[in-house]
Formats: sequence, structure tokens, C-alpha cells
Amino acid sequence: MSSELLGIGATLVLTLALAVPLGRYLATVYRGDRSWSDFLTPLENGLYRVAGLNPTREMCWQQHLQALLTINLLWFGWAMLVFCTQGSLPLNPDGNPSMSPDQAFNTAISFLVNCNLQHYSGETGLTYLSQLVGVMFLQFVTAATGLAACVVVFNALRERTTDKLGNFYVYFVRSLTRVLLPLALGLALLLVFQGTPMTFAGKQPLVTVQGDTTAVSRGPAAAMIAIKQLGTNGGGFFGVNSAHPLENPTYLTNMAENLSITLIPMAMALALGFYLRRPRLGYMVLGVMTAGYLLLQVPTVYLEMHGNPALAKLGIDQSLGSLEGKEMRLGAAASALWAIQTTVTSNGSVNAMHDSLLPLSGMNAMLGMMTNAFYGGVGVGLLNFFVFIIVAVFISGLMVGRTPELLGKKIEAREMKIALLIALLHPLLILTGTALAAHLYAQDPAALSGWLNNPGYHGFSEMLYEFTSSAANNGSGFEGLGDNTPFWNISTGVVLLLSRYLPIIGPVAIAGLLARKKYVPESAGTLRVDTATFGLMVFFVIWIIAALAFFPALALGPLAEHFSLY
Amino acid sequence: MKHHLASAFRLTLALLVLCCGVYPALVWGAAQMAPGRGQGVQVVSRGRVVGFLNVGQQFDRPEYFNSRPSAVGYAADGSGGSNKGPSNQEYLREVQTRAGALLQQNPSLRFGQVPAELVTSSGSGLDPHLSPAGAYAQVERVARRRGLPRARVRALVAAHVQEPIFALLGPATVNVLQLNLALDSLK
Repeated sequence: MSSELLGIGATLVLTLALAVPLGRYLATVYRGDRSWSDFLTPLENGLYRVAGLNPTREMCWQQHLQALLTINLLWFGWAMLVFCTQGSLPLNPDGNPSMSPDQAFNTAISFLVNCNLQHYSGETGLTYLSQLVGVMFLQFVTAATGLAACVVVFNALRERTTDKLGNFYVYFVRSLTRVLLPLALGLALLLVFQGTPMTFAGKQPLVTVQGDTTAVSRGPAAAMIAIKQLGTNGGGFFGVNSAHPLENPTYLTNMAENLSITLIPMAMALALGFYLRRPRLGYMVLGVMTAGYLLLQVPTVYLEMHGNPALAKLGIDQSLGSLEGKEMRLGAAASALWAIQTTVTSNGSVNAMHDSLLPLSGMNAMLGMMTNAFYGGVGVGLLNFFVFIIVAVFISGLMVGRTPELLGKKIEAREMKIALLIALLHPLLILTGTALAAHLYAQDPAALSGWLNNPGYHGFSEMLYEFTSSAANNGSGFEGLGDNTPFWNISTGVVLLLSRYLPIIGPVAIAGLLARKKYVPESAGTLRVDTATFGLMVFFVIWIIAALAFFPALALGPLAEHFSLY
Repeated sequence: MKHHLASAFRLTLALLVLCCGVYPALVWGAAQMAPGRGQGVQVVSRGRVVGFLNVGQQFDRPEYFNSRPSAVGYAADGSGGSNKGPSNQEYLREVQTRAGALLQQNPSLRFGQVPAELVTSSGSGLDPHLSPAGAYAQVERVARRRGLPRARVRALVAAHVQEPIFALLGPATVNVLQLNLALDSLK
């Protein structure tokens, strides 16, 4: 029991310890200062030359967004093409078919927006080619897109008045060559030496010890699993993601994969401080994020390790915790750690089935996605947090009767409108989607009986979770939901699109508008944002705006289930 | 827009080569030196492949240590959990049935001590492990079925307990496939 707690404690401490040097390194890379990774410059210059790009051309915020959206549109077409034709393309030893158009639409969007909601199972739904050039490609480039958008905001917050915010392609390419590819290579090597497959051979048929005939699916998994974790993508190679014993074979791989979920989001928070040469700001952001995260994490570990009271009543020993949907090599504590880390970031990979989590653990996982700013996705988590900073600055300014300012730039009506629209979009998408689904289901439960795997409150939670996961671009699910239907494929696909691009466009626009404003040097009257007081302010703004909106929906689902169980 | 499109197209092609060609090739190359040569670690017994070390398989006969219930019946060309919620009445009845059968087959087991993993299905449906308690609970049944002394079977389980990393991090486990193969070679 205590070795399980030590295991998750060690994982968390190690992640925080590694985030500090990585944060410094990220700041160096994005500032363009000298670093050990400069040996990659020729490779990067080669990429710019092939693409016909001038890396020294600086862009204004609108040009950044044009570049970002154009290349994303192209990737969407590419992914649709691959998924719809995979059945007749090479690298398909198991003979898997092409996807139906609505499923291909959902899958292409889902990976394009870094969400990785999966309405298919990897073993039967994709070919090895699709896994590599469809899924894994998008896992790399969408993570780099998030990082690049975040760096535009970093750049805009510097102490000057300008229109020029660096070159989008430079941020994007460096995120790949100097951050994501090296880290992914390291993690993938650890995985293959621990037993994760990296092969192009098809599934292996065999007769088991007691004489059953079966077959074991394999594939080029290790390379993809590494970037799915590091890029807060989360889409697994196999159907059950990192609960699969080939995807996550040992406790050591579990620690490494878990660490990779939060590492870059944590480091990016610190990088903000190092980049702006205000390290305290980075520590303030990381501190607020960690406080919010722990508030969700600690009770979840406690609940999962204490087991399901309904099973205890049946005479079943719960000393190892709640084990339905969990793996023995990982245990209840490590499953609880992963469940919250994967939902506070927008990762969405799982090492245990969230549908079988205890009610309040499931609620904490949903709250992680509803707030969506405690660490958050690679790059985009910090963009969400930035929106809350703007709101907090504005409210604090009003409270003390001063013009609201952030780092020497005035926050005015236009920025506030954008920030609030983005902050309110998230509950709007989740609650509208869930309401629509619940309404349809209630009208004809018999016809839609394939939707829900569990009756009552828990069934409602399954629908709420799906839209929450889509809007947070998370991708985990209460997988009992029968979600491969046109309704779910299309409705979540639309939510995914809106909830990815608007929360990138909004903060980048705010930052661009701020960068153009006159820089007012700090004075005694300036509201200091790198203090604990301001941190507390942001913390409450996040809970009030992001979490309270969901209270009624949570009361109908997980809270009601909890009180029926305990 | 037009300028961006041409650049985006060429950059995408170059990155496909880098991320989906060079990078997986490096990992694949390294995998050739890894255990199982990147194809999964296979377990060979009496000259034939009987399974993969890390992939659980069905053991439901009484003379073997039984593996956990599986939502996919250990069909390893797929994977899946039950996705049953903790308060689902139908699910609770199912668990109760499993616990009843387990108590009947293993007379040494008492109400209140039924190892949870033996009546709940795993996340993957392919869990290769049990907890030490889950294996010890089956010792008496297996020993009686095979006509072996209980102490010997107990010692075999003890020899197959994998301790946490550095005896500190994570749970202790027993690999069911390895345990049962060792059991088969006991005379």
C-alpha cells in the first residue's frame, strides 16, 4: 500500500524537478539564444529552404494566425485522405478496412485539434500506415502548433511596443526539432527496451497454455506512444490505450509515460517567466496550477485506494482499492494519479477505464477538463490560463480602483470582451451538447439504448463526460458510451473544432492587441502579477468562472451517484 | 493565404519524412537490440510459442492459477474493459456471482477476504498479473487438483512474486503465465 503512494509521490516530484531545467531550455530555444541544441540549425535551415520560407521575416498576430490555420487546413485534408483509403494502402498486415466518412471526419478532426477522441479501436480501426502518417504525424505537428501559438503570446508580452511577433514557422519547427522529437526519441527507446512492440509484423496467432486459440495484435507502437504522451495528444495505439500491457508494460514505463503527460505543460508555465526574464511570474503560474491540480488529485487517490463500498458489502477485500477497470501492475494509486494528470492537461490517454472510476473520481477528472487550465495542453493550457489572468487583472483593477494593467499594458474593453467570450465558450459547448444528447435520449431511450452502458446517474455522466472531453480537447472517455454513431461523430467533431481554434485565436489576438499598446513602465501604483496575492486571485477566478458553471450538471451525474453509493 | 499554402504544403512533406520516416526508423533500429526484437517478448514452452510475457491469457481451469475476469475474454487482437460504473446493479450482481463461485472453489477463502482482482475485470482485458494475495488465495485448490503438497505450491508462488521497483515504488505482482508454466513443470 505505501509503496503505491511512494510510487506516485516519486513520479510527481520527479516531474516537477525536471520541469525547471526544461522550462529554462524552452525559454532559451524560443528566444533564439545560444544553446546546446544549436547543432540542429542546419536541419532547420534545410526545412525552411525546402518550404521556401524566410525564417527572419517577422509576422504580426494576424499573419501568425493565417499561417497556423492554413497549415492546419492542409493537415485535415491529408488525414481524411489517409483514413478513408487506408484499406487499400500498404502496411496493413491485419487487413483492416477503410473508415466510414463520418468516422473519418471525427477521427481526422480529433487528431487535428490535439484531442484524440477515438471512436475506433486501434487494433481493428486503423492500419500501421494510418497510425504513423495519419495519427502520429498529427500528434507531432499539433503539439508543435500549440507551442508555437503560446510563444506568440510570450513574445507579445515583452516590454516594448510593436507589431512584430517573430516568425510562426520558426517557433513551430523548433518545437519539433529541439523539443518534441528529442524527448519522444528518448521515451520511445525506454519503451522498446521495456517490451513495447516496434514492428511491422501483423498479429501473431497462437495456442495458449491451456489450449485456447487466440491472436496477439502488435505494430509500430513505441514511436507513437512516446509522442502521444509528450504532446498531450493521448490517442493510443491499442484500443485501451496505456492500460494495454504492450502499450505500458511495466511500472517503470508507467512512471515514464505519466511523467511525460505533465512535463511540457509544467515547463511551459516556467518558460513564460524565464522568457520574460521574470522568473517569479513563471513560479506564480506553476504554483496556482499545482494548487488547483492537487485539489483534484488528493481526494481521487484517497477514494480509489479505499475501494468501492458496494463491493466491500459483498465480502470483497478492498485493501488494494477499487480494481474494476484497472491493471494489477499499476495499482489503484498510479491509476488515480494518471486519471487526474491526463484530464487537467488535455492529454486524454488512460491507464485505467474512467467509466469504472468511483463517482467523485470521475467528477474530479471532469473538473480537470472543465477548468482546463491547471497545466493544460502543450502550449494551449497556458493560453487558457492567460485568458483567466486577463480576467483576474481586470477584476483586481476594478476592486482597487485603478486602470487594469498587465505587464505595463492597459487591459481595455476589447481585450476583456475577447477573454470573456473565450472563457464562456467552454461551458456553453459542454452544457449545450450534453443537454441536446440528454434530450434526444430521453425522448426515445429504447431506440438509443446502444448509447449508454450504465443506467441512471452514471449514464448521464457518460454523456456529460464525452462533451466535456471534446470541448477540453482531451480525448479520454467514459468508454461505455456507444459513440461511433453519426450523432456522436458529428456533434463532438463540431465541438472539437470550435474549442480548439477559438481558444487559440482569442488569446493570440489579445496578445497582439496588447503588444501594439504603449508600454507604461512599472510604478508604485502598478498591480504586480508575480505575487502570491495575485495568484490567489487567478485561482478563484478560475474556480468561479470555470467550475461553478458546471455545478448543476455535476449534481445530476457524479454527485447524485456518490450519495447513492456511500 | 496563397503564399502560406505553398509553404505549408512543402513543409508538411518535409516533416512527413522527418517525423514519420526518420524518427520511427531510429526507434525500429534500436528495437532490433531490445528483448523480443521489438515484436513483443514471446514465451516458448516445449518448442512452441505459448504466449507473450506481457499479454495476459485465459486461465479458467481449476488446476491452473486463474487469471482475472476479462471483458474481452482475453482475445488479444482487441482489448477492452467492462466500463461498468461502480453503482450499476447489474454489474454488482455479476460480481456477487463471481465471488460466490470463487468461495465455493476455494474453501480456504473467507467472506470479506475475496481478492478484488479475481472478481473484477481489468482495464485492458489482457491483464497478465495478479496480486500476491490473489495467487495465494488459489493455492489450496490448485494443490488439491494436482495432488501436490500445499507448501510446495505456496513456495512456487512466493518464488514468482515480483517485488516493487527498489522494493519501494509500485505494487507487488505475480505473472500468471510464468507461474502456471512453472506449475506445469513441477513433478
